[in-house]
Amino acid sequence: MAELAPAQEPVVQTTLFHAPRSLARIISNRNVLLITAVCALAILVAIIVAGIVATPAAQETDFARRDLAPSLAHPFGCDWLGRDMFLRTLAGLSLSIRIGLLAAVVSALIALVLGTIAALGSKVADGIVTWLIDLMMGVPHLVLLILISYALGKGFWGVTVGIALTHWASLTRVVRAEVLQCRQSPYIAVAGKLGASRLRIAAKHIVPFVFPQFLVGFILLFPHAILHEAAITFLGFGLPPELPALGNILSESMTYRSTGMWWLAVFPGLSLIATVLLFDLAGGALRKIVDARTNQE
Amino acid sequence: MTDLQDIRSSSARVMQAHDAKDVHGAHDAHDHHHHRHASNPVHTHGHHLLQVEDLSVGFRMYDPAEPFFAAKQELVNVIDHLSIAVHEREIVALVGPSGAGKSLLADAIMACYEPNVQVEGRIWFDGELQDAKSLAALAGGAIAMVPQSVASLNPLVKVGRQVQGGLSHSTYRTRDTHGARQPGKRKKHEKQGKREEHARLAQRQQELFARYGLAPSVADLYPHELSGGMARRVLLCCALIGNPRLIVADEPTPGLDEAAALRVLEDFRAFADGGGGVLLITHDIELALRVADRIAVFHDKTIVEETSVASFASPEHLQHPFSRALWHALPEHGFSAAGE
Amino acid sequence: MALEMRNVRFGYGNVPLFSDLNLTIEPDERVALIAPSGTGKTTLCRLLAGYERPQAGTVTVGGQHLRKKGACPVQLIGQHPEQTLDPLMRMEDSLREAGEPDGALLDALGIQGRWHSRYPHELSGGELQRFCIARALLVSPHYVIADEITTMLDAVTQAALWEFLLDDQRRKGWGMAFVSHSEALTKRIATRAIDVEALICS
Repeated sequence: MAELAPAQEPVVQTTLFHAPRSLARIISNRNVLLITAVCALAILVAIIVAGIVATPAAQETDFARRDLAPSLAHPFGCDWLGRDMFLRTLAGLSLSIRIGLLAAVVSALIALVLGTIAALGSKVADGIVTWLIDLMMGVPHLVLLILISYALGKGFWGVTVGIALTHWASLTRVVRAEVLQCRQSPYIAVAGKLGASRLRIAAKHIVPFVFPQFLVGFILLFPHAILHEAAITFLGFGLPPELPALGNILSESMTYRSTGMWWLAVFPGLSLIATVLLFDLAGGALRKIVDARTNQE
Repeated sequence: MTDLQDIRSSSARVMQAHDAKDVHGAHDAHDHHHHRHASNPVHTHGHHLLQVEDLSVGFRMYDPAEPFFAAKQELVNVIDHLSIAVHEREIVALVGPSGAGKSLLADAIMACYEPNVQVEGRIWFDGELQDAKSLAALAGGAIAMVPQSVASLNPLVKVGRQVQGGLSHSTYRTRDTHGARQPGKRKKHEKQGKREEHARLAQRQQELFARYGLAPSVADLYPHELSGGMARRVLLCCALIGNPRLIVADEPTPGLDEAAALRVLEDFRAFADGGGGVLLITHDIELALRVADRIAVFHDKTIVEETSVASFASPEHLQHPFSRALWHALPEHGFSAAGE
Repeated sequence: MALEMRNVRFGYGNVPLFSDLNLTIEPDERVALIAPSGTGKTTLCRLLAGYERPQAGTVTVGGQHLRKKGACPVQLIGQHPEQTLDPLMRMEDSLREAGEPDGALLDALGIQGRWHSRYPHELSGGELQRFCIARALLVSPHYVIADEITTMLDAVTQAALWEFLLDDQRRKGWGMAFVSHSEALTKRIATRAIDVEALICS
């Protein structure tokens, strides 16, 4: 700072009153965010692909390696039928993510349509949608999910439809609020007075405004969907027991817990948590990049 | 620099050679720290009430011209090497367009910093060089802020109690940036002391209300029940409760018509005449010219000229080209954007 | 093609602001609307430009009601340009909402080419206000309502914008109503002044 002071003045130390914390600077860096999001998504895609490839191997039984504790050859150990737990966990995660993806996409679409109808439609439409949201939020997710899955005969479609039909409520509320907020902005009124049609206003102003929130809400639906899939499979109302799903793995492991086979529950459980956190990370990073209001930081 | 009193006080200060920190002594008396004085200010003890030198405030930003992910973060200064001084018994108006970063000067003085801001420079208050901690201790006490609007008051607390608490109840400053406040820090006679403190503040609040024409019943109102004019006075009372020596007023007049705005500024005038200093931050040069003693012209991230209001009588007295352009652009003068 | 308000009633909630308001502005006029704060000058501006619909009475231009579709013949320019521009839209796109930009108009307003690709938060208030004025004039309005449009700008920018507006008005012959708290500015610009308080009471 000294060289910036006028030459005729004696050199006086400048007081630093405040500076941004260096850690905050690194964490919020654009490139770091991008790398985080890309890495998280890449890992998730890798799990899906690897899981599909590994599914036949995961169902292979070999009594020579029965009840093996974790080792280098079998990092997650083997179960009472001699199945490799690492491959089974991978296959289970892959299945969970695929179900989560499908269910979350359908859920998000329902949310988008209902939220938009509520915000742009008549008062009656808004009333109905709001009532549906309250109804959905009022009933425990899991109970409704079990009912729907059971009614549809369980299995892949039972679980997927059940999750899709129970997870749209909170995102609908977000979409409705965002559209309403945007619609009331002064710049929307000005655009109308300048002659922009309703369609143009929706496409040019409202969609870009709502999109970041929608994207994040959509990504954050995954962990929910995955956890609920695992939960109802664990309870026996979801996927059939022969499929290597995480819910089945965890539920079976309960039987063998007392025999000291801790690895049957610990590793699949930790992988499930790690997967959910990966989605969270990717969602958070993407939001900060996409949202023009925060991407300067 | 025509005023005799000023030369006298300046040279007196040089002779006092206050202490090593006081760089002012090195200036010659003729061009007094890049600004010229009004006729009434006083350099008590040979220094300014508030002196800011070489203050820079910057934010880390991405270069918008570069591609999104290739862009580098850079420190972008919003205020660049700004210097300004306020004397006792005077109102200094910092004039510049909205959104140019003037409010950041107020934030710097009040030790209120955004997380991603970088603030550096030198600030003296009453002859003492300050740092972030000491400024935070002065804030709300010897230096008080009059915020822009009643939005700075807590909507759930009655006006009387908020005035007694200064702005500590308000949302303008959060607790964590300022830590513990002096009252209530004592351990021993805590209860007794608190009660006395409370009574003293309540009495002071009643005095202030009486002085500024607010009925005692106003203390029982909530912020949303105040009319515009009442709200301004309540905000002023909030600032005055701690017996400040300097008031920083950030845009106190927008939304008021001319008569109401002048009434607000009269209150500042009265405070200055009582011995205090006022730093008035405004975009409205016409209004500033009517009440201030000196005008600091904010242009291009810094103060280009600090001069007495009298200099604005004629463009010849103004030194910086931008101040002259400003003069010519005033509706009552040429109203021309081109300048001379 | 006079801008006329006939027997307009308007209020928020149950509080009537105007009960029977009559006002006529002719083309070529620059009418100052004068009133202390809180008397509804901004609401009056919004009514004139069709942003609020009167609860009774009419607002017409040349006898025609303000159209709901297409560009409004009365354009309002406000005090806060940053609120009337979509923060997620580049300036060129915001400008295009009003039609194809007219190079001569942009030059006269001093809008620089490099501003076009920026977002509103990257420009100053004065720069944004130039875009708002350009946008309003691009739809060739018969009337412009200016509500404290230069209040928050510095005097030099204020003079530049008014210089442009007066010149454009003289050439194209649109009419104007404006609000300003500054007496000096009002004196400089207005061809006629209307006391809004007197208008409400009468």
